[in-house]
Amino acid sequence: MTEKKKISICQLRPGQSGRVIEILGGHGIAERLNSMGIRPDKNITKVSSAFMKGPVTVSVDRCQIAIGYGMAQKVMVEVI
Amino acid sequence: MRILLMGNPNVGKSALFSRITGTKAIVSNYAGTTVGFTKGSMKLGNEEVEVIDVPGTYSLEPTSKAEEVAAKMLLEGDVVINIVDATNLERNLYLTLELLEKGVPVVVALNMWDDTSHRGITVDIAKLESLLGVPVAPTVAVSGQGIKELVERIPEARSPKPAPRTKAERWAAVGSIITEAQTLAHRHHTWLERLQDASLQPRTGIPIAIFALAASFFAIRGVGEGIIQYITDPLFHKLWEPVMMRLSDVLGGSGFWHDVLVGRLLGGNIDFQQSMGVLTTGLYIEFGIVLPYILIFYLVLGLMEDIGYLPRLAVLLDSVMHRLGMHGYAIIPTMLGMGCAVPALMATRILESKRERFIVATLISIAIPCAASQAMIFGLVGAKGWQYVAIVFGVLFTVWLVMGFILNQSIKGFSPELLIEIPPYRLPSLRGVFTKLWMRVWGFLKEALPIIMGAIFVVSVLYSLGVFDAIANFTAPLVSGIFGLPKEAVVAIIIGFMRKDIAIGMLAPLGLSAGQLVIGCVVLTMFFPCVAAFVVFAKELGLKKLLAAMVIMIIATIIVGGLLNLVL
Repeated sequence: MTEKKKISICQLRPGQSGRVIEILGGHGIAERLNSMGIRPDKNITKVSSAFMKGPVTVSVDRCQIAIGYGMAQKVMVEVI
Repeated sequence: MRILLMGNPNVGKSALFSRITGTKAIVSNYAGTTVGFTKGSMKLGNEEVEVIDVPGTYSLEPTSKAEEVAAKMLLEGDVVINIVDATNLERNLYLTLELLEKGVPVVVALNMWDDTSHRGITVDIAKLESLLGVPVAPTVAVSGQGIKELVERIPEARSPKPAPRTKAERWAAVGSIITEAQTLAHRHHTWLERLQDASLQPRTGIPIAIFALAASFFAIRGVGEGIIQYITDPLFHKLWEPVMMRLSDVLGGSGFWHDVLVGRLLGGNIDFQQSMGVLTTGLYIEFGIVLPYILIFYLVLGLMEDIGYLPRLAVLLDSVMHRLGMHGYAIIPTMLGMGCAVPALMATRILESKRERFIVATLISIAIPCAASQAMIFGLVGAKGWQYVAIVFGVLFTVWLVMGFILNQSIKGFSPELLIEIPPYRLPSLRGVFTKLWMRVWGFLKEALPIIMGAIFVVSVLYSLGVFDAIANFTAPLVSGIFGLPKEAVVAIIIGFMRKDIAIGMLAPLGLSAGQLVIGCVVLTMFFPCVAAFVVFAKELGLKKLLAAMVIMIIATIIVGGLLNLVL
């Protein structure tokens, strides 16, 4: 039994879901994502990603949030 | 007494504000429609109370300018109406708990109540009330449902003042509230939701975006032209012209007042495009040409806003916009700029960084023609052939791209990451769309009309004093030498500082070739924003930034105008 792999939401495929493990990076980013409902232990589903490293859109609690690519790389999830 | 309307972005605060105060506020389906705060008042019993529409915020720990404003305003309110999106309780209640912990009396408006049932959401209102300890009233702000009951419950506003919690405790509290008060049923995707996802996926979203923008463009052009051809032109020629000819006779056919009011006759007749009288050309440009385009432009923009399309466009364009020193959300002020630069410059407040605001504001001031200018470009340049209109817009678009790229390379710093909520698509209400259209068109007329009349008045006075000849000779090297325009075109450039539409109209009597007309329109669009935009730019970004933008603008205009003159 191996431990589940930790990946960023950029690596999720559209339609795939994951549980947020941690948000890397500064306090500011975590804070902003937190107030929009993206925080550790939350289940999120990837909706889409845009071309040329555009934003990643995820749905959390029935609402959709678009996250710039750089910030999205810091949102780590495990696939569920 | 002062009541604050507070809530997450895009939950309907402005719609509720309009409902309870009767003051009209711009309502759209995207976060950040309200960037300043709007004040109004309402009757509560016999008391006249002040109501403030506070910009949306996710939490009271401010992470953006708008949220800072919201947190500061909280100190000055007596009662808070906390507007909560009933379809998204979990995230919304976080702010509610924060508000309660601050100890302000709160009433909760459970808005978008009508949306819950088909989303499979059931909320037990009595339970929610007892769990929160404050009154909760279901409302549908756009239709007015439940507003009366909400207002009746304002006096019951209470502050149970729970002990301050840490963030984790607060989320846990939210979690236990919603498990008790909310049930979610599984349901199938609606067609609106399928469309929603399709317009975000690049493979389907980009064709949808191209289609939406092209359809908007052709609708605006087609309907605008149609109104002019079948309504405003006949009105001016059949009804107004005889009246003006009478006036011309009464005034004796010439003289100072004749020239100011009626303008100069061409071959014994009034030419609405060229006579330059306050009551002829002034009224014609405003009501005959510009108003039809303004009407249809704001109707189309309003529909896109209310459906909720713009944030999706922002996501699709984000990576391109990043290379121009902006992020995707900058598309919203930019699109507003195609209406008028004034609200567009104010809307740059939704952008977080000063650097990005400067880039977006400068690009709007230089490369984005307002609806009034566009109407005149369609009318004047379109008469020479639509390929020339395409050249004008193509050149301006290129300027926007190249300048954005250069500014991004040369200004220190980086463009911040996008982080926005994508609202669900909503079917716009007819009433809402038309209220907003009316507000914008009325706002345009109120602002523009006096300046237009003033501009035409100044032109006629200066003409009769012969001042323009002196200026024209002085600036001839620039205007003729570099831009290849007749030296009299400087008059249009000067008037362009007051109103762009009149300025472009002033190119009409100069007998320009198609190429010169293209150069003239590009130069007029890029050179100095009109006085209203100028003032707002200074107010929003400060004088220093304005001066910097002006220097960039002068250099860019001379280069682009000069290059066009070499090519065309």
